[in-house]
Amino acid sequence: MKTLRITFPYMGNYVHAFRGLLEDLGYEVVMPVKPSKRTLDLGVKYAPEFSCLPYKIVLGTYLETLPKGVDRIVTSGGVGPCRAGLYASLHEKILKKMGYNVEFIVLEPPLVDLKGFYKTVQELNYKNYSLWYIYKAIKRNWRKIKALDTIEQKALFLRPRELTKGSVSAKYKEVLQYVINAFSEKEIAEAEQEALKQLDKIPVNLEKLVVKVGMVGEIYVLLEPSSNFEIEETIGHLGAEVKRSMFLTGWTRDNTLPGKSEELVSVKAAAQPYLPELIGGHGQDSIGNAILYIKQGFDGLIQLAPFTCIPEIVARTILTKISQEHNFPILTFFLDEQTGKAGMETRLEAFIDLLKRKKLQKLERAKGGNIDGALSWN
Amino acid sequence: MELYLGIDVGSVSTNLVLIDEDNNVHESLYLRTRGQPIRVIKEGMQILKEKYENKVSIKGVGTTGSGRYLAGVIVGADIVKNEITAHAIATTTFVPEVQTIIEIGGQDSKIIIIRDGVVTDFAMNTVCAAGTGSFLDQQASRLNIPIEKFGELALKSTVPVRIAGRCTVFAESDMIHKQQLGYKVEDIINGLCEALVRNYLNNVGKNKEILPPIVFQGGVAANRGIREAFARALGQDIIVPKYYNVMGAIGAAILAREATNGQKTNFKGFAIADYNYETRSFECTYCPNHCEIAEISEEGKVIGRWGGRCPRWEVI
Ligand code: SF4
Ligand code: SF4
Repeated sequence: MKTLRITFPYMGNYVHAFRGLLEDLGYEVVMPVKPSKRTLDLGVKYAPEFSCLPYKIVLGTYLETLPKGVDRIVTSGGVGPCRAGLYASLHEKILKKMGYNVEFIVLEPPLVDLKGFYKTVQELNYKNYSLWYIYKAIKRNWRKIKALDTIEQKALFLRPRELTKGSVSAKYKEVLQYVINAFSEKEIAEAEQEALKQLDKIPVNLEKLVVKVGMVGEIYVLLEPSSNFEIEETIGHLGAEVKRSMFLTGWTRDNTLPGKSEELVSVKAAAQPYLPELIGGHGQDSIGNAILYIKQGFDGLIQLAPFTCIPEIVARTILTKISQEHNFPILTFFLDEQTGKAGMETRLEAFIDLLKRKKLQKLERAKGGNIDGALSWN
Repeated sequence: MELYLGIDVGSVSTNLVLIDEDNNVHESLYLRTRGQPIRVIKEGMQILKEKYENKVSIKGVGTTGSGRYLAGVIVGADIVKNEITAHAIATTTFVPEVQTIIEIGGQDSKIIIIRDGVVTDFAMNTVCAAGTGSFLDQQASRLNIPIEKFGELALKSTVPVRIAGRCTVFAESDMIHKQQLGYKVEDIINGLCEALVRNYLNNVGKNKEILPPIVFQGGVAANRGIREAFARALGQDIIVPKYYNVMGAIGAAILAREATNGQKTNFKGFAIADYNYETRSFECTYCPNHCEIAEISEEGKVIGRWGGRCPRWEVI
């Protein structure tokens, strides 16, 4: 049987696990390249004008990858009643029109629909591997995703505390390779340990006063740094710790979180009073997570939303209310192809300043006016 | 005398101030940027040099505004800060009880919400001209009225005229229409002031809790017509501080004082007025982002680079 060539959208570090799984299923993987300005330009050129940023970037990615020869594209579907559900078929239409004959396979996120996920996996399984084999392959690559998430979260924690600006980002890039290159679960676990060990060697100041910022929003712009101007890195360099609400594994290492994988359930529960209905996309998660961040004593929240993204626009209206009710600073970025890095940085810097001054004031008050000289932002 | 220098480089104006330990403003310069920030920074430094060289000692320098990084490397800043923080610091220094800052400049406008002396919320508008000074400039020149007279004239208005001011294009055609209907020019001008205020409150001020004391600053604060229109729309007194058009620079100077805190400044000295600066830009081809990198050199030596999406060019 001919070996099929397959590709998928670019989404953060996860592409490495996707690749692993598809190779296990007997595909030749045509790796997408990290989205760049060229990718976006391509997407903007061929996508409907009012489609959202993720749609354009993903289309651009396909247009960069397809000329290399691709038989199949595997992508994810949307959650609830939002146009993300139509993404794949719209993309398919445009690509067909342009003369690319490629088959789409739409994968539902396993956490949302385990059964559907399994069914699509069977569809992907064109070489008819045994169930046991596939189970092992998924398990192995799932482990890889967890490892990627773990070291990413470690980097997010360390970055604002580093003594030399840029040292965490540089090391992180290096140790990611350990995990990417690991194959068996044992190797992955070892690579993860080694990566964490290396990251821990970076000189940091753990005493430093750091503000904690939660980050919510639409999944693509949250998970793919090139679509948000590497906002997490920028925030880290401004001396704030970011906690992203979304990791593919839904799995978090933060021990301060009440419960473990109940997290997803409680996000929904937290959003209930404000938005009982599923509005599609990740609007409800944005609200639920905002409430959870407030409960956990975070200093502020950033919402990332593609321009024209209905679920996030709805969420924003509610977040404004939450912000006022809880005296909790929230900053929203609407992203499109026109967004500039400079303007975004100005607002981010101002926002982090705000959080720092506010926190300092709170600490001063708690200490009755005189704050300890040991408290320092540096 | 020991002074602190604050520089605010915006797209319309570049402002320089000198303040002392006690926030007394000893000098304030308001210069037009005219698209040539380097030249205007040097020009400002030249003026300061002539007046102050060998007479004062500069203990710290801060820069702000959209050209803050550029200004920072040219003068040797101790701190480079965004304009929201800079404005807020200056205003809370002069009006400690302030709860709302309305700032309208030539190209942008912002609102800063302050509670108990710290910023709790803000918004900026940099895309839509309908809520900024350039909107007024445009209409003033249409009506052949010097912008300085605009505010005074608005106060003479007796009949309210509503101008649709959602966007500059609509405002203009609506204004022409009202002119043809025979409305008096002062009534039309007043209508324009109210349109700008409405725009501002609907865009920048949307969802913000605007509580008094309200401080109005930025170049447009000079316009009494706008000030009155804000007072009417908000039903509150509007405070315009003495140094309303250089508050960003003052904030930068205050931040410089905080940042140096008795330590040695990075300031290169007034001599920079005589240095030679050159800029160039090029496209980076290391990855498909093809960033446009801007580079500035001082006396032939590269002192700064911007525009990259990655840190590749940041190290000099
Ligand atoms: S969630 Fe938002 S960005 Fe995603 S498809 Fe729906 S509207 Fe577009
Ligand atoms: S500056 Fe960095 S991101 Fe930009 S083109 Fe060069 S290598 Fe790529």
